[in-house]
Amino acid sequence: MEMILVPLERMDYWYDIDPALPELRSTATRARKWILRSICEAGSGHPGGSLSIVEILTSLYFRVMRHDPENPLWEDRDRFVLSKGHGAPGLYAILALSGYFDEEELVTLRKLGSRLQGHPSMNKTPGIDMSTGSLGQGLSIAIGMALGARLDRKDYRVYCLLGDGESQEGQVWEASMAASHFKLDNLCTILDRNQLQIDGPTEKIMSLEPTFSKFKAFGWHVIEVNGHDLKELLRAFHEAETYKGKPTLIIANTIKGKGVSFMEGSLKFHGKAPSREELDQALRELGGEA
Amino acid sequence: MEWVLKNMRPGFGEALVELGEKYQQVVALNADLSGSTTTAMFDSAFPERFFNVGIAEQNMMGISAGLAATGKIVFASTFAMFAAGRAYDQIRQSIAYPKLNVKIVATHAGITVGGDGASHQMHEDLALMRVLPHMTVIAPADYWETRKAVLKVAETPGPCYIRLGRTDTPLIYDDTYDFQIGKASRLRDGEDVTIIAVGLMVAKALEAADVLKRKGISARVVNMSTIKPVDKNMIVEAARETGAIVTAEEHNMIVGMGSAVAEVLADYEPVPQRRVGIPDVFGESGESEELMEAYGLTVENIVENAKMAVSMKR
Repeated sequence: MEMILVPLERMDYWYDIDPALPELRSTATRARKWILRSICEAGSGHPGGSLSIVEILTSLYFRVMRHDPENPLWEDRDRFVLSKGHGAPGLYAILALSGYFDEEELVTLRKLGSRLQGHPSMNKTPGIDMSTGSLGQGLSIAIGMALGARLDRKDYRVYCLLGDGESQEGQVWEASMAASHFKLDNLCTILDRNQLQIDGPTEKIMSLEPTFSKFKAFGWHVIEVNGHDLKELLRAFHEAETYKGKPTLIIANTIKGKGVSFMEGSLKFHGKAPSREELDQALRELGGEA
Repeated sequence: MEWVLKNMRPGFGEALVELGEKYQQVVALNADLSGSTTTAMFDSAFPERFFNVGIAEQNMMGISAGLAATGKIVFASTFAMFAAGRAYDQIRQSIAYPKLNVKIVATHAGITVGGDGASHQMHEDLALMRVLPHMTVIAPADYWETRKAVLKVAETPGPCYIRLGRTDTPLIYDDTYDFQIGKASRLRDGEDVTIIAVGLMVAKALEAADVLKRKGISARVVNMSTIKPVDKNMIVEAARETGAIVTAEEHNMIVGMGSAVAEVLADYEPVPQRRVGIPDVFGESGESEELMEAYGLTVENIVENAKMAVSMKR
């Protein structure tokens, strides 16, 4: 049952020479800039947890997932559920860069009448597969989608991005139990392990460790990676796709506020918009093309 | 009045099997109560489309939402307390807000749960569900209405909550009944007062109408089985033609069906209204009939309130 179909050694070689990596890195940088601009323009939002998930989203939307921005409701598309809905500015930036809507629309975030709600709304925004925001609910939904794929004998996969803080919600563990019970190997969950929640470090507020062995004990295939290393992420997603009989959890070790010196590891920027000055400094630090 | 009693829950289980045969997209979920909710029938007929999630109602609502997002017609069932109560936020966030096609069929609602006591007696579900945008709320009066309502909602996309009781209830309808969402049914004509009832109080309302007739009061009886969208026309018509209203429900008197009727009266046709329901208290253990007596869900109470409503007419 627990077998890997494609030898990963060969895939490692491929990821090392992957010619697309520089472009993916540049996409990630552009996404970061849009996250900061849109949150600054909105005057509120969650920069820290949006910046921590940029590489995860970049690898999913630009390399891993089967999707079509021209046809957001394509029946055979891979599904994505942002369980940590407050990471919405990150997802919106990636969706815009993928072509679901104009990049310029990103600055309407949180404004009255905008399609870009403070938390994802599937009936408003093209490319959003599920409305989320109340923490701890996304994994259950992803399980429903994975069961739907199985019933329809379709080969699309379901991805769910889970926050580490939200894993303190009991429903996450109800869902974790169910995902392995139903043997959902078409389901891959990524844990954004950025170590911080609003009130402080997760390990101080309500410890989650050992996350690896907890999910393993709940019947998951668990992989741990550097969540900002595109090569490691792509390799892990490939391993998840080829692993049969169990759902896969990728623990992505990330840094909250990644990419901006004064936001990295900062509690202050969990849920606070940057000022104009802070935005300017952040954009300068990120460099790259506009 | 001689009633033929029949449990309404198999009306759900049987309709669900019928739907399963008709529509490949119909799936059912349960949280360790498949016997009591009668979804075990669906499990026997279509095991590959039945998911028992164990004792995890919040997870059940989320999985239901995910299945609905892939085009399934989803029936999620458990006791009313654990559906509308325990999993309220999941219903709000993951089903009502995204307007997904999940039908929540909640059994064992109300005080007639009996011996299990207050922890299991759900008197707040109509209130909790009817304040949710996108949600349709239905409380059938008997076996036939349950059966017809379940068949009907499956063909109507969007979130829906159906409330069923535990006990055997009088048969009000037969196989010829044509249930329509949002359409109340007038069961008895009358001119002096209208009794609007829901669930097992419909039979009590019909009995009360008989008692009132003997006292010289002509009472109309309406079954308001769809609490949302409520049948405004039927309420306004009753107010205009009879000039007084009594509502009767096995639910907290606050924000249930009686309140839905009061809202319509306030907006369109203010006439005296009296409400029969469970006072704003928790229940207790006891036999169903004893509890109905103790908490005022009686024919006598409806009669008294009808007389009061008539006397309040200008």
